[in-house]
Amino acid sequence: MKRAVFWLVAVLLLVGLQMQLGNWIGPYYYKIVILAGIYIILAVSLNLINGITGQFSIGHAGFYAVGAYTSASLVTYGESSIRGMVEFLPRIGQDAVLLLLGILAAAIAAGIAGLAVGIPSLRLRGDYLAIVTLGFGEIIRVVILNVDAVGGARGFSSIPALSDFFFFWVFLFVLITVSVIRNVVNSSYGRAFISIRDDEIAAEAMGVDTTRFKVLSFVISSMFAGIAGSLFGHYTAYLNPNSFTFITSFYLIIMIVVGGLGSIEGSILGAILITLVLELFRSLSEFRLVGFSILLVLVMLYRPQGLMGVWELLRLKRRTVAAKS
Amino acid sequence: MITFLQQLINGISQGSAYALIALGYTMVYGVLGLINFAHSDVYMFGAFMGYYIANNRVVQERLGTSVFAAILVMMAAMALSAGLGILIERFAYRPGRTQTRFTLAFWLGILGAVFGDLFTHSAVGILVGALIGIAVGVIVELAGIHPVRQDSRLALLIIAIGVSLFLENGGQLAFGADPKFFPEIIPSASLNVGALNLDTQKLIVLLVSIILMVLLNLLVNYTKTGKAMRAVSYNIDAAKLMGINTDRIIAFTFGVGSALAAAGGILVSLLYPKIDPLMGVMPGLKAFVAAVLGGIGNITGAMVGGLILGFAEVMAVGYGSSTYRDAIAFIVLVLILLFKPGGIMGKGTVEKV
Repeated sequence: MKRAVFWLVAVLLLVGLQMQLGNWIGPYYYKIVILAGIYIILAVSLNLINGITGQFSIGHAGFYAVGAYTSASLVTYGESSIRGMVEFLPRIGQDAVLLLLGILAAAIAAGIAGLAVGIPSLRLRGDYLAIVTLGFGEIIRVVILNVDAVGGARGFSSIPALSDFFFFWVFLFVLITVSVIRNVVNSSYGRAFISIRDDEIAAEAMGVDTTRFKVLSFVISSMFAGIAGSLFGHYTAYLNPNSFTFITSFYLIIMIVVGGLGSIEGSILGAILITLVLELFRSLSEFRLVGFSILLVLVMLYRPQGLMGVWELLRLKRRTVAAKS
Repeated sequence: MITFLQQLINGISQGSAYALIALGYTMVYGVLGLINFAHSDVYMFGAFMGYYIANNRVVQERLGTSVFAAILVMMAAMALSAGLGILIERFAYRPGRTQTRFTLAFWLGILGAVFGDLFTHSAVGILVGALIGIAVGVIVELAGIHPVRQDSRLALLIIAIGVSLFLENGGQLAFGADPKFFPEIIPSASLNVGALNLDTQKLIVLLVSIILMVLLNLLVNYTKTGKAMRAVSYNIDAAKLMGINTDRIIAFTFGVGSALAAAGGILVSLLYPKIDPLMGVMPGLKAFVAAVLGGIGNITGAMVGGLILGFAEVMAVGYGSSTYRDAIAFIVLVLILLFKPGGIMGKGTVEKV
C-alpha cells in the first residue's frame, strides 16, 4: 500500500514537473537535467558490478551502445507497424508505446550481451577482467561501426523523433533503477554480491556460487545500461558510435568512484556532479577538461574513498537496524 | 608468398613499436600494480617533443638531416619524456603511497596557469595564475592538509585516468588540437632485396626497437639497479626492508618506461607522420593489450605480446577487412585470455587463503 502510494505520487509529480520544467529552466538546462538522469541510471547500474559485487568492469559503454542501437533500430524499422497496432491511442500514447517497446528490447538485448560477455570474462580477476571488459566494449563499438543498417560511422540519424515527454520517462526509469538495485542489494542476492566483493574465497567456501552471482550482477547491470541507452537514443534522435568509446566508460567509473564506490547515493551524487561540471563549462573547450582532470586527481589524492565515502546515510541507518535485530 | 613476407615485415615493425610502449606499461605494473593510463599520453608527448626539437631552427641549421641528428632528436625527446614520467609519478602516484610535499602546490600551480591563460591570454597572466596557485597550495599544506595515504588501487587508477585526461587536454592547449606533420628526420628510401621491397623507415623502426629492448634487458638483468627493480616488483615491502630505496627505483622505472614510450612515439611517427594530442589513445590501449597478452609484469611477455598484436593486426588488415582493425587487438586478447587467463608468459596465480 505504502509502496503504491509512493509510486502514484512519484508519477504525478513527474508528470507535473514534465509540464512545467521546460518553461522554468529553459531548453538548455532541461537537456542537462535529462542527461544527468541518464547518467544516474548508468552510474547506479555500473555501481552494482564495480561497487557492490567488486568486479572491475570498464566496458559499460558497450552495453549502453547495445541498448541504444537495439531500441533505435526497433523503433525506426518497426515504427509504422507498431503505430498501426495502437492506432486508437493519441499521438503521445503511441509514442509512449514505441518508447516502452524500445526500452524493453534494449533491456533484453543488453542483458543478453551482458550474459555473453560475462560468462567467459568473469573467470578472470582484477585487471585482467578490466581489460577484457574494456575490450568487449570496444569490439561492440567496432561492430556497430560496421553495420550499415544503423548508419555505421556516419551515425544513425533516421531515428523517429518521439514527442518530448522525456523528463518523465527518464526520471521514472531513474526511480525504477534505483529501487530495483536497492532491493537487489538488500536481498539475499545482494548479500551474495557483497560477500563476493569482500572475500571471494570465503564466499565460495560458504556455498555462494560465485560465478553464477557474478554473471547475474553483470546481466542486471547491463540491462539497466541498455535502458539508459534506449532513452538516450530516442531523446537525441541521433546516435554515433563515437558516443560509446571506452572514454564514456571511464567517465562512468569516475562518477561512481568520486561519489563513493559501493554507495548508491554516492553514484547518484557523482553522476549529477560530473554531468553538471562537464556540461556547464562546455564553452571553455579544452580548459574545461584540463581543470576537470586536475580536480579529479586532487579529489582522489585527498579523498580516495569518494565524496560520500562511508557517510552513506540510508545504508548506515539500515545497518544499525540489522545489528539490533 | 612475397606479399606474405612483405606483410610479415610490416607486422614485425608495427609490433615492435607496440612492444616499446607495452614495456612501459608492464614495468610500471610490475612495480606498482597500476595500469598507468597516462603512459599512452607520454607516448604522444614524446612524438611532440621530437617534432619540436627536429623543427627547431638551431638544430636544423647545425645538424641538418643526418643519422646523427636523428639519434640526437630521439635521445632528447626520450630524456624529456623520462622527465615527464618521473614528474607524473612524483606528483600523482607517490602522494598516495608515501608522505610527500608540494603536491597541492604543483597541481594548483598548473590550474592557476591554465586559468591565467583562459582569462588574460598573456604570459604575465599565466605566471601570476601559477604563482597564486602555488601559494595557495603551500598555504593549505602548511595548514596541515596532506594527501591521504591510500590502499585502494581503484583510486590510484582514477588518478591515472585523470592524469591521462590532463595530458590529452593540456596537450591540446599547449600543442594545438589540429594535427601536425612529423618531419622526415631520416630520409625514406626503398631497398629491393630480391622481389621484396623494403622501406628503410620500417627497418629503422625494427632496428632501433631491437637495440632498445636489448639495452633494457641488459639494464634489468645485469645491473644493480635492474636487480633492485626486479626486487621491488617481486615484493615491495621486502625490498624496502633490504635497504632498497623503493621510491627512487619506482621513479627510475617510470623514467625508463616513459623514455621507451617516447622512442615508440617517434618511431611510429616516422611511419605515420600525422601527430596530434589524442594520437596516443588507441596505440596506448593496444600496447596495454599487448602487455596483458604477454602476461602483465613480464618484460619478455610485453615484447612477445607486442609482436603478436602487430602481426595479427597487419595480417587481418592485409587479408581481411581494414574496418575491423581496431577490434582485432581485443579479439586476440579475449581469445588468448580465455585459454591462458594469466597471459602467454604470465605465471599462474596461486590463491592463498
